[in-house]
Amino acid sequence: MNNSSHSPQGDSAQNQSALPIKTGAEIIVDTLIEQGVDTMFGYLGGVVLPLFDKLYDAPINFIIPRHEQGGCHMADGYARASGKVGCIVATSGPGACNLVTGIANAMMDSIPMVCLTGQVRTDLIGNDAFQEADTTGITRPITKHNMIVKDVKDLQQSIREAFYIAKTGRQGPVLIDIPVDVEVAKCQMTPFNGVNMPGYKPQAKGHHRQIKMAAEMINKSERPVLYVGGGVITANASDELRAFAQKANVPVTMTLLGLGAYDQMRPESLDMLGMHGTAYANYAVQECDLLIAVGARFDDRVTGKLKTFAPNAKFIHIDIDPASISKNVNVQIPVVGDAKYILGEMTKEVQHKDRKEWFAKIADWKKRFPLQYDTKSPNIKPQYVIEQIWEATKDNAIIVTGVGQHQMWTAQFYKHSRPRHFITSGGLGTMGFGLPAAIGAQVAKPDALVIDIDGDSSFNMTMAEICTAVQYELPVKVCIINNGYMGMVRQWQELFYGKRYSKSSLQNPEFAAVAQAFGAVGMMVDKKSEVKSAIAKMLKEKKPCVVDFHVEREENVWPMVPTGKSLHEMDGLDIFESMA
Amino acid sequence: MKHIISALVQNKPGVLAHVAGMFAARAFNIDSLAVGRTDDPQLSRMTIVVLGDDKVVEQVRKQLEKIIDVVKVQDFSLKDVVAHDLMLMCVHMPPEKRHEILALVEMFKAKVVDIGPKFVMVELANSEDKLEAFIDACRPYGIKNMVRTGTVAMGRLSQPNSPENQ
Repeated sequence: MNNSSHSPQGDSAQNQSALPIKTGAEIIVDTLIEQGVDTMFGYLGGVVLPLFDKLYDAPINFIIPRHEQGGCHMADGYARASGKVGCIVATSGPGACNLVTGIANAMMDSIPMVCLTGQVRTDLIGNDAFQEADTTGITRPITKHNMIVKDVKDLQQSIREAFYIAKTGRQGPVLIDIPVDVEVAKCQMTPFNGVNMPGYKPQAKGHHRQIKMAAEMINKSERPVLYVGGGVITANASDELRAFAQKANVPVTMTLLGLGAYDQMRPESLDMLGMHGTAYANYAVQECDLLIAVGARFDDRVTGKLKTFAPNAKFIHIDIDPASISKNVNVQIPVVGDAKYILGEMTKEVQHKDRKEWFAKIADWKKRFPLQYDTKSPNIKPQYVIEQIWEATKDNAIIVTGVGQHQMWTAQFYKHSRPRHFITSGGLGTMGFGLPAAIGAQVAKPDALVIDIDGDSSFNMTMAEICTAVQYELPVKVCIINNGYMGMVRQWQELFYGKRYSKSSLQNPEFAAVAQAFGAVGMMVDKKSEVKSAIAKMLKEKKPCVVDFHVEREENVWPMVPTGKSLHEMDGLDIFESMA
Repeated sequence: MKHIISALVQNKPGVLAHVAGMFAARAFNIDSLAVGRTDDPQLSRMTIVVLGDDKVVEQVRKQLEKIIDVVKVQDFSLKDVVAHDLMLMCVHMPPEKRHEILALVEMFKAKVVDIGPKFVMVELANSEDKLEAFIDACRPYGIKNMVRTGTVAMGRLSQPNSPENQ
């Protein structure tokens, strides 16, 4: 087993008999620190009081959200921005239940997280005690692994295992449920000698024969495309990806979670593919003769109609998770392992090929079907706001989003160029993710410029966390693309439900005033001429700052592959042409 | 097509729920599931009969392997495996049918394990088709009650690539 990232630390040399006897709560804190935790998120409650008493003077930066869901997204955003394991504590019952959305979100996007939940006393479990919920039962399908620790003797090793599971293989959230009596029970500390679980042996390296076969297939290919997902970012393999793509001379398209893995300013970037991907990415995928998937899982939002997805292509699939391979499409050459290692090895094997015709074709698509919107409109177009944020920040910001139209426009119109600088809820599509995730990212990168580009409805869901940003002096910036609708829902109602806007418009508060009441800076912009100056003012702010952009209300995200259609059957390209 | 999957799992609380939950969440069909201890007190063995084509069963295997407490998964193809169910069955046995029924029991190498004034309880451990044949043979007499364990299986030792030989 590869324990290199989990090697024993200094205390292992000590004789076990010399190690002190401590309470469960002390063991938790000591083991978290041993595992490298210096920052945590969490909310108090009855059964976690022994633990919080030990956190009182522990050397851990602790952030209290306004709701456990917010805390969970903060830990998630922290993990995505830093590459470290996010850590969240909640109490039993409602506390644990409030984590559920956040945990499911992390699970879908493979984000490493350790969640500690308090539980009622072991002798009360199963009795419907006050604030009791079957936390491990509830979270079993949305965690990579979970466990309840009923004996303090198992506590320390369980925490070590949780961290090891969370950050190895296909990363994900791990939950440990700890009854309150285990927090106060005493036990001798044990030295850290690594983790050995008979049922968990993640594969780190790829099989060399497979790598060689894949490279040969790439060398033979006339029209290859790299299709890159969040796995490349998790694996910190962006450098290897760039080296590989440039040596082999292969264009690169990214999934929503893959954005940032490859510099979109480079000509061989095809930007995002899929339902709201670029026409040139989708056409390239449909016409390629070889699709090289790296750390991506052929999600339905990427493939469109599966039967006609990349109909002429052979598939190479590089993924750390064997279960992702041949799940949705049949793959000719699977390579299971770490993308960083595999891309590195594959770079040695591939040859540079010109592929002039292929790149000419791609350049033609890029010229004919660039992303567009009506720049001449006197109204504030949402895409315009995002372009202006890009102009003002360039390479210099961590961009976070909620879920919906604004998220797609941010994916399309912000030029993502660096890994871990675009943080968004992909798999689960969790509205309300933006603000807390931005706070988590800001905690991870205190000196970074963190901007949450949010929707009005998404922001409404978790906006109480502005208070958290104010309390901990985290200068996150929030740009609300406010169209007064659940915009993506409205778009679908317009296109597929005869413009019957059923329940998709809510009354918003004055967001600027709300922000000010929380102690943040709040601004409202309803004139196109004020967009630039408002962004400039926002960027100068040292405090958390919310800018409410009142944008064109019924703008749609184009292009769009309607559900059940093939990737090349995009709607909206005629609208692009009419604007050209 | 029926596949028999054998999973060696950690003998811990929650593992059965995890495995069963994964099957439900991913819409896989379980035909039968048998769980029991092994010679190692740390480990249990789950034998799961799954309905589905090869692609589905491949996913089942991978998703099972992904569960942290699942130590090892084997997919037995039906031909090189000893696969048995255990069945207990109560059959109506009026005195005049006694000979016929006991002859059936003999013929199927089943065993009488209990007897009452009106019924006989028979135990049969064998392959699924033998069990089905026995059920069909007993049906005319009146089956009062029946219980089956679900299939347990091991690779045949005569197959050189059987997992039991490795």
